[in-house]
Amino acid sequence: MKISGAEMLLESLKREKITHIFGYPGGVVLPIFDALYKDPSLQVILTRHEQAAVHAAEGYARSSNTVGVVLVTSGPGATNTLTGLADANMDSVPLVVITGQVPTKMIGNDAFQEADIIGMSRSCTKHNFLVRKISDLPRIIKEAFYIARTGRPGPVLIDFPKDIILEKAEFHYPETVSIRSYNPTIQGNRWQIRKAAQAILKSRKPVIYAGGGIISSNAHKELLELVNLANIPTTLTLMGLGALPGDHPRFMGMLGMHGTYAANMAIHHTDVLIAVGVRFDDRVTGKIAEFSPNSKVIHIDIDPTSIRKNFHVDVPIVGDARVILKDLIEELREISGGEDAFRHFQPWVAQTSEWEKEHPLKYAYDKEIIKPQYVIEKIYQFTQGDCIVSTDVGQHQMWTAQFFKFIRPNTWLTSGGLGTMGYGFPAAIGAQKAHPGKRVISITGEGSFLMNVQELATVVSLDLPVKIVILNNQYLGMVRQWQEFFYGSRYSSSFIGQSPDFVKLAEAFGAVGLRATRPEQVEDTILDGFSRRGPVLMEFQVDPEENVFPMVPAGGSNIEMIFESPGEKDDPKKRDSILTA
Amino acid sequence: MSEVRKHFVQILVENRFGVLSRVAGLFSARGFNIDSLSVAPGLDPSVSQMTIETQGDDHVVEQIIKQLNKLIDVIKVVDLAEFSFLSRETLLIRVNTNSRPGDRDEAFRIVEIFRAKIIDSSPTTYTFEVTGDEDKIEAILNFLKPLGIKEVIRTGKVAIAREDQRLSGKNASRPHPEGELTLNRP
Ligand SMILES: Cc1cc2nc3c(=O)[nH]c(=O)nc-3n(C[C@H](O)[C@H](O)[C@H](O)COP(=O)(O)OP(=O)(O)OC[C@H]3O[C@@H](n4cnc5c(N)ncnc54)[C@H](O)[C@@H]3O)c2cc1C
Ligand SMILES: Cc1ncc(C[n+]2csc(CCOP(=O)(O)OP(=O)(O)O)c2C)c(N)n1
Ligand SMILES: [Mg+2]
Repeated sequence: MKISGAEMLLESLKREKITHIFGYPGGVVLPIFDALYKDPSLQVILTRHEQAAVHAAEGYARSSNTVGVVLVTSGPGATNTLTGLADANMDSVPLVVITGQVPTKMIGNDAFQEADIIGMSRSCTKHNFLVRKISDLPRIIKEAFYIARTGRPGPVLIDFPKDIILEKAEFHYPETVSIRSYNPTIQGNRWQIRKAAQAILKSRKPVIYAGGGIISSNAHKELLELVNLANIPTTLTLMGLGALPGDHPRFMGMLGMHGTYAANMAIHHTDVLIAVGVRFDDRVTGKIAEFSPNSKVIHIDIDPTSIRKNFHVDVPIVGDARVILKDLIEELREISGGEDAFRHFQPWVAQTSEWEKEHPLKYAYDKEIIKPQYVIEKIYQFTQGDCIVSTDVGQHQMWTAQFFKFIRPNTWLTSGGLGTMGYGFPAAIGAQKAHPGKRVISITGEGSFLMNVQELATVVSLDLPVKIVILNNQYLGMVRQWQEFFYGSRYSSSFIGQSPDFVKLAEAFGAVGLRATRPEQVEDTILDGFSRRGPVLMEFQVDPEENVFPMVPAGGSNIEMIFESPGEKDDPKKRDSILTA
Repeated sequence: MSEVRKHFVQILVENRFGVLSRVAGLFSARGFNIDSLSVAPGLDPSVSQMTIETQGDDHVVEQIIKQLNKLIDVIKVVDLAEFSFLSRETLLIRVNTNSRPGDRDEAFRIVEIFRAKIIDSSPTTYTFEVTGDEDKIEAILNFLKPLGIKEVIRTGKVAIAREDQRLSGKNASRPHPEGELTLNRP
């Protein structure tokens, strides 16, 4: 039987076990939306902006280790996905994004709502496809899902012209994929794994530096096993939080620009750096010439381009983190002859604990004004970490990373690589869709929240019980902090005190709005907000001038952390270094 | 830091819509240089063969090779710097032949020396086709300059590894008779 391109798409999605599509309709994709109307087995989540649809799909994918699917129309629908695509590409989130396109014959003619989305998205997707023949469609969809979820995951875009959406043909979905030019390496090289095991055994001061790759490869059990077996102090990147339980005694916290003193000190003094599923981002390394200066570096990563991109590596191992960690653990067991072999790490472990005590993460509680960190601590205490948390970008993001303990992987959703304000709230919507019974919290700033505020309509209309926590400091806080430290406190365009009345705003959309203005109201507001059924927005009016510490001034060495405002009012040297807020 | 060197990178790609812009886009997006580029279908029509002449230190070239390999449509990447290889380029050159008496004879002599071919002529110009390695091309252009070069169209370089010449690193290459001949001719 012949079916249309639109029906083929839906059939193919079902073969890929897809149940949810985040999207927004428009001209050329109407036949697909029409087919969806008739097919209740695929649920469409209508967001109120295409960018939000992509972030929601990211939240869905990352919280459940599956591929997120997006469907939008041509032209503006397609271009609105670009920020989301770039975000997913940077943070290695598996997505399949389907954009409508004008009919094949009209491509290139500046037709109504035509955009060269293939050209535009080339550098912010893992791969993209233009469907040129209906007979190619099933293979393209199969390959798109395969490419999105295997190797280093990422977004794949399929541009689907209207004539092919309508054309009818026989449907045969391929059972298997084989792409001769794409074969990610999974198994690590045995010999390299042995070399890594020997280096670890010989070391006196090893450190594990793990990140997003642990989450993507589902390697948290193996990571925990390795840490426990050899008792190795461990730090995680922003993208890796939850890969090792946040309350594990060997977990030193996040490293890097806003990382802990202990983590940065340990990285600086280690003799064997075990880097797993990380990409030596500049927010992590600071001044690269002074990063981990005396270590032998083992780097496990599935993407060869991550290895030696920014930093030297002595023992590169290309492959899947989970598979390689298993082999590495086995190898360590074999050549060490038991846990006693790791006894000599003890003084080093003691040293890292010493550093943790020397400068723990801290803030000064205040009776008069709400400290943002206090709100986060209270949410952690209330939830016991049993929830999914998303953030936007800024100070509130760093405080959440520091003060919330992520116990499980896939419960922490944040935009790390692109740092996209507006990511958090839609990502929470996606996570809530994937986990209807779970508590999902969107911690955000009053600046970021307004970048996708329209999604209040989505949560209300779908009755999604997402809890929104706005830490309102009246500033684009992260920008203000840099201006305070490096631009003589000239708060150029960072004061945004004229925010809307967030309580009324929530109510206007049909959600519940609550507000806390004093420290003693924090716990009650949390209790009240979190015990309600539907979507609730909680605004906490916090100290406008609170800063994120520790901080490694951009371009500085990681051990030059500061714990209070530097006081040097105008510092062109620091501010004009290569990195910016 | 290792030194910046010239590299020829051979890329075998799927012969598909948009592949060239993927490769070219990667070079521009990552700030790598393209000094010359040539593309044509391979023996198997489902693949295309690209030769890109680029430069960079070892670290940069390692990233170029890895990033190219990462493109889904790229089947194989070979950095010819690991081999002994031959490179050639073809030029179509139009020169004036009537500025001074004797120019036409001079042009004809140069054609002979470089084993170029006259493929078109007019009362005031000759058009040559010439193929050679970098030194030969540079030499013929120098010889022709005094006549007055009106136009030069270049194919960009193509390169091929020598048979059984897999060399480890920077070993000197064994001279190849044909290669040396063209090189030392003028
Ligand atoms: C305001 C702001 C401040 C920030 N400050 C910090 C900070 O202080 N500290 C910090 O850490 N980050 C910080 N970041 C985040 C930072 O920009 C990077 O996003 C982050 O450090 C990258 O994390 P990652 O190295 O784990 O790599 P990811 O971006 O998560 O990449 C994952 C890596 O794992 C590999 N991988 C994927 N799948 C597998 C697999 N199956 N097997 C093996 N490997 C795999 C990938 O190839 C890649 O190399 C900040 C971001 C913002 C917006
Ligand atoms: C889309 C986008 N535009 C600009 C920035 C630069 N930027 C980074 S943090 C920040 C401030 C965010 O303010 P807010 O959401 O209020 O969070 P706060 O830092 O105050 O907690 C800005 C403007 C960005 N990351 N993303
Ligand atoms: Mg703010």
